[in-house]
Order: sequence, then C-alpha cells, then structure tokens
Amino acid sequence: MELLNAIVVLANYVIIPAVSYGSQLALGALGVTLIYGILRFSNFAHGDTMAFGTMVTVLFTWWFQSMGISAGPLPTALLALPLGILATMGMVLGTDRLVYRFYRRQKAKPIILVMASLGVMFITNGIVRFIIGPGDQRFADGERFIISVRDFKAMTGLPEGLKIRTTEGLTVITAVIVVALLFWFLNRTRTGKSMRAYSDNEDLALLSGINPERVVMVTWLIVATLITIAGTLYGLDKSFKPFVYFQLLLPIFASAIVGGLGNPLGAIAGGFVIAFSEVTITYAWKKVLGYLMPESLAPDGLVQLLSTDYKFAVSFVILLIVLLFKPTGLFQGKSV
Amino acid sequence: MSDTLKNTLLFAVIGVLILLTGFLQSWNTALVILNMGLISAICALGVNLQWGFAGLFNVGVMGFIALGGLATVLVSMPPVEGAWGAGGFQVLSGLVSGALVIAAAIFAYNKMPGGKARTAVILIILVGGFFIYRAVFDPGVEAIEAVNPALEGYLGGLGLPVLLAWPVGGLLAAGAAWIIGKTALGLRSDYLAIATLGIAEIIIAVLKNEDWLSRGVKNVIGVPRPLPYEVDLQESAEFLGWAEWLGLDPVTASTLFVKLGYAVLFAIVLGIIFWMAQKALHSPWGRMMRAIRDNEVAAEAMGKDVTRRHLQIFILGSAVCGIAGAMMTTLDGQLTPSSYQPLRFTFLIWVMVIVGGSGSNLGAVLGGFLIWFLWVQVEPLGLMLMDMVTYGMAADSPLRQHLLDAAPHMRLFTMGLVLLLVLRFSPRGLIPEK
Repeated sequence: MELLNAIVVLANYVIIPAVSYGSQLALGALGVTLIYGILRFSNFAHGDTMAFGTMVTVLFTWWFQSMGISAGPLPTALLALPLGILATMGMVLGTDRLVYRFYRRQKAKPIILVMASLGVMFITNGIVRFIIGPGDQRFADGERFIISVRDFKAMTGLPEGLKIRTTEGLTVITAVIVVALLFWFLNRTRTGKSMRAYSDNEDLALLSGINPERVVMVTWLIVATLITIAGTLYGLDKSFKPFVYFQLLLPIFASAIVGGLGNPLGAIAGGFVIAFSEVTITYAWKKVLGYLMPESLAPDGLVQLLSTDYKFAVSFVILLIVLLFKPTGLFQGKSV
Repeated sequence: MSDTLKNTLLFAVIGVLILLTGFLQSWNTALVILNMGLISAICALGVNLQWGFAGLFNVGVMGFIALGGLATVLVSMPPVEGAWGAGGFQVLSGLVSGALVIAAAIFAYNKMPGGKARTAVILIILVGGFFIYRAVFDPGVEAIEAVNPALEGYLGGLGLPVLLAWPVGGLLAAGAAWIIGKTALGLRSDYLAIATLGIAEIIIAVLKNEDWLSRGVKNVIGVPRPLPYEVDLQESAEFLGWAEWLGLDPVTASTLFVKLGYAVLFAIVLGIIFWMAQKALHSPWGRMMRAIRDNEVAAEAMGKDVTRRHLQIFILGSAVCGIAGAMMTTLDGQLTPSSYQPLRFTFLIWVMVIVGGSGSNLGAVLGGFLIWFLWVQVEPLGLMLMDMVTYGMAADSPLRQHLLDAAPHMRLFTMGLVLLLVLRFSPRGLIPEK
C-alpha cells in the first residue's frame, strides 16, 4: 500500500508532467534538428517563431470563443491550430526568402546564418510583443481533467490522488501522431527521402537532381508545423508568455544536441532526457521518500535537489557534459 | 576622402549629436549618454576582440556584464555586521567542499582506467558529494539570510575601494569564460553560441536567487562611489565658489561635476583598453588571430593551436566585458539583477560591433557611441511617431491605447532590423577593418 502510494505520487508529480513536457521539447528539438540537418545552422529564432505561431493560434482561439465556436470537451485552440500553422508557414517562408536565402546562395559560414537568425529572433520577438503584449495569456478551455484527483481517490480508495489533465493527455497523443507522420514522411515519401539525401551529402544530392530550394522549402513548412504545435501545446499546458518561449530555446537546443544534432530520433530521446532530468532534479522528494522509507528514516527537509529557479541550469549542465564527453550526442549526430 | 578624414568626421558627428542633446535637452542628459556611451564602447571592444579578431560568437555578453556588477558588490560594499559570524564561513566551506567534490571526480576520471567501475565511482563521488555540499551550505545560507533581512540579509563585500572592483569584475568574467571556453571551443562554431546563451541565463538566475550573495531581487543599493556625493559638494565652500564663478546654481553644478568625473574615469579606462586592443591587433599575435579566423585549417597546418588561441581571446574579450559591467554598476550605484535583459546587454552590444565595423577597434568604439545614442533617443521618437499615427483616433480608443503601450517594443524590432540590414548590405560596417 505504501509502495502503491509512492508510485501514485511519483506518477502524479514527476512522470506525467515530465512526459508531457518531454513531448513538447521533442517537437521543438525536431524542428531545430531538421533545420540543422538541411540548412546547416542553429536557428536562434526558433523559440520566438514558436511564440509567433502560438500567438496567432491564441488570437484565433479568442475569436472562435467569442463567436461561441468550441470543440466540446477539447480546447478550442485545436480548431485554431491549423490557422496558426498556416500563418507560421507564411512567416518562415518570408524570412527565408528575405534573409536566409541570400546567405545560402553566398555559401556564407554557418555562424553568419546564426547571427542572421538572431536578428530574425529579435524582429519576431518585437512583433509578438507588439501585437499581444509581453504579459501572460491563458487560452485553455474545455474539459480540464481526464482523471481528477477526487475521481481517482474514489475509484481506488488510495489516500493519494492522481490527476491527468486534458492538455497533458492531448500533448502526448498529438506528439505521437505528429512524430509518426514525420517519420513516415521522411522514410517513405519521395520528398522525405530527398530531404534525407540532401542532409547526408549535399553535393551528391544535387548531382542526382534534387532541387535544393524545394528541399529547403519543405523543411521550413515542416518546421513551422512542428513548432506551432509544440508552442500551442506548451501554452495550453502552462500559459503563453513571449519571454518564456525565448527561454525555452536553451532546453530545446540542449535536447537536440544531447540526442545528436541532425538526428530526428535523437531529438526525441534528447527531449525526454532533458525533461525528466529537469523535473526530477527540481522536484521535492519528501512525499515519495516518506512513503518508501520507514517512519524513523523519513526525511525532514523537502529533499529538493535544486530549486525550480534553476531548471535551466539542469539542461545547461547536461549540455556541457554531453559536449565534454560525447560531442556528437547520444545518437550519432552530424559531424562536430 | 581619406580614411582618417572620414573617421574624424564620423566621430565629429557623434560629438555634435551629444552637444546638440546638451543644448536642446539638458547637459545632464548629454553627460548620461556620454558616460553610458563610454561603457558601451568598452563592451563593444570586448566583443570585437572575440568576433572581429577571432570570429567567436558570444551570445552571453549579458552574463559577463552581470558578473562585473557582482564584483562591484563583493569588493566595495561594507561587510555585513554579524553575517560572517552567522554563516559566512559555513557558506564558504560549503563552496569549498563543492569544489573539492568536483576535483575528486576529475581526479578519479583521470586516474582510474575507463570502464563501468570508473563511472560508478564518479557517480558515487558526485551524488554523495552533492548531499554533503548541501548539508554544509544550506544552514549557512539560512543563517546569513536571517541577519537583518529587510536591509541586509547577505554577506556584503570586502569594503575595499570601488575602483578595485573593475579589474576584479574582469577576473570573475574571465573565470566564467574559461569554464565555457574549455567545454565549447574546439567543437562546432554554433556550440559556443549555445553555451554562452546558457551561461548568461544561469548567471542571472544565480544573481536573482542567491540572496546571501547579491540580495537577489531585493537589489543592493548604495554601492560606494569613487567620486564625492553631490550633497557633500553642495556643502563645500570651495565648490560653491567655483559654481558661482561659472555662473551655475550649486545643484546643477554638483551633478554635472560628478558626471564629468565619471566621464573622465571611464575615458581613461577606454583609452587604455583601446590602446591595448590596437597594439594587439597590429602585433604578430593579432595577425595570427586573424589568420586563424580567415582560415582555420591553414592556420592549423602552420602549427597554430587553434583551440588554445580561441580560448585565450575568448577569455580576454569576456574580461573586458566584465570590466565594463563593473563600471556600469558603479555608475548606477546599485545592483539590480532583474534589470539584466538580453536585448539590452547582449544584443545591443552586438549591433554596436556590427554597425561600427567588425574587426576594427575604432569601429567598435564608434558603434558603441552611435548605437547607444540612438537607443536612448529612439524611444521618445517612437512614442512621438505612435502619437502621430494614432492622432486621428478617439482618445479612449482601445487600439490607440494598445499601440501607445506597445511602442517600447518597437525597439526590439528596430534593432533586429538594423542588424539584418547592416549584415546584408554593409557587412563591413561604418569603419571597415583594413
């Protein structure tokens, strides 16, 4: 019984939040990794593009809500999501046309592209703050819980409750569908195969008649889809605040590098590694240990390894360790 | 037009802009712009060392500036009565034990043969060590933070002259740069960018949360000054005589005097650092750096240790940013960790370097002054513009309110645009590298 309680507490506060956060990071890191594989630079505008996509989704969600359109038990944001994706696609294609294409044609060093992406990041950030403001926005609606604490207690009779929020369930299901579609696309379709070929060996791909501009365009479209979904899910789960999305850049990069930059499978694994480390290290273990240990040994303090203010430090330290010992990441990524 | 003439003209434009501010707005504003311009120029020199000389992309300038600010507090604030006795030594021994644990882990890594046994030993050292560290460290922190929390609740500093904090700020920043450079240099060029982005966020998080060190978001105010206070000046008979002779009222005269004093101090530091940077640029060392930047493979083939040289210049550049950060906190007279924003402290410096001309020290200085001037003056202009745009709307129209509120965010947009435009159409900047 004690053990069961400990497992329930653990699931409630660590496993479920980490799985949903990990899925969001994985979607974000997939975008970073794809851009890195095809366009060969680290896109610093990623977090703010995510904020842009989410912002459009939020605005449409509010509009739908005001017209009384809803998706029943599911959040209205799901209906607005396609519109957000379309807007983000337009935006990334626009920035590619106006900014990145020039440097790509010049065959500029990757670091110049990184710098240009920093410029794009600030412009995007400015636009987002200009339109929706820097504050916190909530836009989740619909049914809040799949299982609430009270239902769970009534069902099992345990003193500890377990809750699964709709947004958490939704995040995981959406992430699985999106990732499955992405891998199907990369491995089975002609365009996907040409993308992988281009990423593996640019010159060889060009020789075999692959149109690089088309590959780049498809990459941006996929990336826009991925990050708008990731951003909207994150916003539903927590709340939407432009600065937080900028800060997400670090864990997202960490996930992509830990998994191996340029490797989609690695990005997913990296997302979960980062999410689980972040949550377990900043979680106060008192309750779990209290159930597991005999009463005399039960801890007095919170047994929290690091305060939540340092959650970015966790992804950073993991990043440093990976860079020190295995710079290509857990799964073989691109060359160092 | 010769280069010298062109450069002189460019600097003359800056001088005229600042003088115009003095005549049209007020001399106090003009001097504030000048002072921050001097500090910005130093920062830009530091970033130019990294980017212009060596092609290293540092996205964590903010973190190094903040470390400089922390140095000011640690060096110049008077030690807090009782805090050292309450927990100071315990905190220190906590930190020392933490360092020992890491040293032990590194020792084990180097001395033991690779394999599962080594991994296990290192894990045990790190995990066990972490709990020891927390057990020593936490009670000390609690004790310190309990000492007069409304006003103090931190260790305070060493009570040394504040000018000493400037080189110390450079040293602190250099230490952080060493850790980052050691891990991220020698790998892909974007890794350094990502790592510096991370360290900057973490340094700010530490400053905000470690109350025993920096009072966190409660801010440290009243940092000692290298110059006399205005109030004291206004009471000194000699100074009043001066002010009368100049025909100024004592209050204006004293504020101007203090600001001018800072300007002189900062100009001396800028002069020294500029001179050193110029010497470095034209020395064999500087030529080697640029050779490495332009073709790493060739330089390596010539027997240059690229990673070590990169580490060297990365540390130097970060140290310069740290010095500038310490000067900034001295000028403000307070450390406010929540005021460190990446836009203002990382990105703006980058715009200065790019606009001024990367690789050229004179360009970095020019960019520092010019962009800082624009940064300060664009805000009222932006508001005016928004006022004009929304002129026709009703005074209480929500759209008008929204646009007026959002006007400050246009700075982000403008600076991003400036960077992209310069990068694309004039990548060599106003004063190009020769």
